[in-house]
Amino acid sequence: MYDKLVIGGREINSRLLVGTGKFPSNSIIPDVIMGSGAQIVTVALRRIDFDSEDENMLNYIPQNCILLPNTSGARNAEEAVRIARLARASGCGNLIKIEVISDNKYLLPDNQETIKATDILSKEGFVVLPYMSPDLMAAKRLVDAGAAAVMPLGAPIGTNKGLKTREMIKILINEIELPIIVDAGLGKPSEACEAMELGAAAVLVNTAIATAKDPVAMAEAFALAVKAGRKAFLSGTGAVKEYAEASSPLTGFLA
Amino acid sequence: MEISLNGKKTDIDEGLSLIELIEQKGLEPERIVVEYNHQVLSKEHWDKTILKEGDNLEVLRFVGGG
Repeated sequence: MYDKLVIGGREINSRLLVGTGKFPSNSIIPDVIMGSGAQIVTVALRRIDFDSEDENMLNYIPQNCILLPNTSGARNAEEAVRIARLARASGCGNLIKIEVISDNKYLLPDNQETIKATDILSKEGFVVLPYMSPDLMAAKRLVDAGAAAVMPLGAPIGTNKGLKTREMIKILINEIELPIIVDAGLGKPSEACEAMELGAAAVLVNTAIATAKDPVAMAEAFALAVKAGRKAFLSGTGAVKEYAEASSPLTGFLA
Repeated sequence: MEISLNGKKTDIDEGLSLIELIEQKGLEPERIVVEYNHQVLSKEHWDKTILKEGDNLEVLRFVGGG
C-alpha cells in the first residue's frame, strides 16, 4: 500500500519524528535515532559557551537524517524569524519548526505570533512546521500563512501526560488538509498509537524517549506503536456500540 | 580592541578576520552559524570580514531540542 508522509513536497519514510533534548548522554542518540527509524530529527540553536567545553549535536545525528531545527527561545514572531534564518544559514536545509513561547510555566505556544512567523518564513521559502495549541481557527490561519504541516500539542512540553487535547486534535484532523503532527506531551507508545489511530499524519516525541530507563528500547517501542496506529487508521476502526453484540450467531444453540 | 561576543565584551587582536577568530576559538566552521551586527552572515563571507571595534557577534551551534 502506498502510504507516504509528504511534507513540503518531500516524501518522508517514517511517521515518527524524534527530538534530541534531555538525553542522559549524547552518545546514545545515534542508537535512539536508529531504533526509532525516524528520518526527521529536531534540534535547537543556542549561543556557544566559550568558557566550557561543549559538544556539537550534529556529530551525533546520522547523515541520512533530515534536520528540523526549532525556534525555541523565541518569545515572539520576530525572534522566531531571526532564529529560523540563522538555522538555515547553517546549511542544514529549509525545514523549520516554529516554536514561540512566552509562558514559562506551561510552555504553551503563542498561536498568534506563530501565525505571523509562519507567514514571513513561508514567503522566504522555508518549509514551516508550526507548533501550536490545537485550535481550529488558528490552524486555518496557519494553512493560509503557508504552513507545510500543523503541529498541535498533546499536552504541555515534557509532561508525558498523553493525548489530553484529543477532541481538539480530532477536529484539526477532520478539517485541515495539511498533515497534522502531534507534538509534545505524548508519554507512552500507546498514546502515540492513539494519535495515529485518530488519523494524525505523524507524531513528534522527545521527552518520553529521552527520560525512559532504556531510551533505545523506548524509541523502538514508539516506532512499533506509530506503525500500529497508522495501520489501524488505514484499516478503518469498527463502530463503538452501547450494548453487547454477540460475535457468533444467536441461533443454533443446543437445546 | 573590544567586540561583543555572545553578549560578552571580549578583547581581540586588531585586524582579525571572522574566520581567524573562529579558528582561534577552536570551532569547526561547518558546524556553527554567525550573526554579525544583527545580520546572518553566510560562511563564504567569513574570511573577508575583518572585525572592527564595537562589532556585535553571535556565534551559535545546534544543541539537543524537541
